[in-house]
Amino acid sequence: MPEALEFEKPLLELENRIAELRASSDPLAARDEIASLEERLRRLQQRTYASLTPWQRTQLARHPKRPHTLDLFRLLLEDFVELHGDRLYGDDKAIVGGLGRFEGQSVVAIGHQKGRDTRENLARNFGMPHPEGYRKALRLMKLAEKFAKPVFTFIDTPGAYPGLGAEERGQAEAIARNLREMAGLRTPVVAVVTGEGGSGGALAIGVADRVLMLEYAIYSVISPEGCAAILWGDAAKAPEAAELLRLTAPDLQGLGVIDGIVPEPVGGAHRNWEETAAALRQALRDHLWELKGKTSDQLVQDRYEKFRKIGVFEETT
Amino acid sequence: MVAWFWKRDKDAKERPRKVVIAEGLWIKCDSCKEIVYRAEVERAGRVCPKCRYPFRISARERLALLIDEGSLEERDAGLVSQDPLGFKDTKRYRDRLKSAKEKTGLEEAVISGLARIGAFPVVVCVFEFEFMGGSMASVVGEKIARAIELAGVKRVPLIILSASGGARMQEGILSLMQMAKTAAALQRLGEERLPYISILTDPTTGGVTASVAMLGDVILAEPRALIGFAGPRVISETIRQPLPEGFQRSEFLLEHGQLDLVVERRDLKETLRRLLAFFADRPPLPVP
Repeated sequence: MPEALEFEKPLLELENRIAELRASSDPLAARDEIASLEERLRRLQQRTYASLTPWQRTQLARHPKRPHTLDLFRLLLEDFVELHGDRLYGDDKAIVGGLGRFEGQSVVAIGHQKGRDTRENLARNFGMPHPEGYRKALRLMKLAEKFAKPVFTFIDTPGAYPGLGAEERGQAEAIARNLREMAGLRTPVVAVVTGEGGSGGALAIGVADRVLMLEYAIYSVISPEGCAAILWGDAAKAPEAAELLRLTAPDLQGLGVIDGIVPEPVGGAHRNWEETAAALRQALRDHLWELKGKTSDQLVQDRYEKFRKIGVFEETT
Repeated sequence: MVAWFWKRDKDAKERPRKVVIAEGLWIKCDSCKEIVYRAEVERAGRVCPKCRYPFRISARERLALLIDEGSLEERDAGLVSQDPLGFKDTKRYRDRLKSAKEKTGLEEAVISGLARIGAFPVVVCVFEFEFMGGSMASVVGEKIARAIELAGVKRVPLIILSASGGARMQEGILSLMQMAKTAAALQRLGEERLPYISILTDPTTGGVTASVAMLGDVILAEPRALIGFAGPRVISETIRQPLPEGFQRSEFLLEHGQLDLVVERRDLKETLRRLLAFFADRPPLPVP
């Protein structure tokens, strides 16, 4: 993926010119020009980001410079200790998790982990977990339940890995078990789709009391490329498929699937990690504090009803 | 009636007429390609007498083979799908639903209700693969969740026979969420200590495998059924090599510890009788 997305280029050009003028030998003389360029930049930003297409959002959600799970852990948690392995087979580096402190509260934090370059992506398998990743996640959630600590999960994956070993070791079972066990977890769980919410591989850590999405994150039953390949035999028609799938945060809120949208800085999370983390911190704090007032029976009951009512159908007789 | 039967006939017409096949009397096995006597296949519950491959059969046929005759009390048959996303590709979702209904005579991809197996009362759900690939629509998730809850209310075992390609793309994220909904309902059933027997038939893949299908207290499969999370084509494209012989078939899953038992179709009812007797903690009634 290129460093700048197509629709970002005019914005970056303006930014570069402003930076050049600022750095010029006589910035005072260029003061008026800088001001006018800045005004143009603001208006162009507003126009661009107010009318992003689902495909443009998909590109933002996948942006390699977007803050990934470990970046967010670093920005949000104190005294974080990463824990490894599923105690059964191995340590899947496409899912990370550990113990930390959030706003004076001990939490267990878990998330998909993508890489930023080829070497990292190979190590992280592009954020596509094997069964051992989901089993590690569940092990950590059970640890949280045992010690009555809340759980945060950060969702950012193209999907569960479709491979030989994954099938041999029970990819479907691992995902199914997580769905069932998360439904009954007797401790608060807040899930945030931070980037790409890729189908069952995303949902496997997403059965939570609150499901939030970052503003430009996507969450879908199938990738736009996969959908386009099935419908038209042509993955290049992904932008059209993205329109059909209703995968943006506002779409999901409209369908009653998510509980809130966390605003991103102008230009998207990759333009300002600190600002992204600050907005996320606020949202996590608000939701966590609400959930902490509930008994574990109430949590499980409410979580059940939340997922139980999702779906659209007609009842005839 | 009997979709596979007419389908075989059509196949026969498309072949060069070297083998003359008497109308309906002989059929070709999907697996070993042998020409076999139809009556013999029927008698074996639609299983090839040469290679023992169980043909794909409809949900209604499956029920007829498994439950005590006339015992089905169908539930939620009036739940019908809408088009929440306004999904239209080469065809409108509503039109796809219409043709699926005409093709199968069913309102949706699952039949559910109360029934008896060897006189044991159960709640049963059967997927119909011919209805849009047995895919997980909102209605399918809702019917299964209600059936699971019904098993809880009636305090009887739950049996689900899966045959599905997974999620229903035309319902987008709502389809995905049916996995969470049904898994959550199964979590509750487990808390109530009510047994769930999952039976996997050809094919069971995607979101259905990764939710209800793999959550049975006991998981059975028919021989040679394709069972997996990802489809074989996706996997072979991802790893860029051909897949090993027998990969993702029932026997492969049994070998890898993912199933309790592979059961031939003719033995399925007897196996269920024994399992139900175990959970009821009383001997099975003699077969009438």
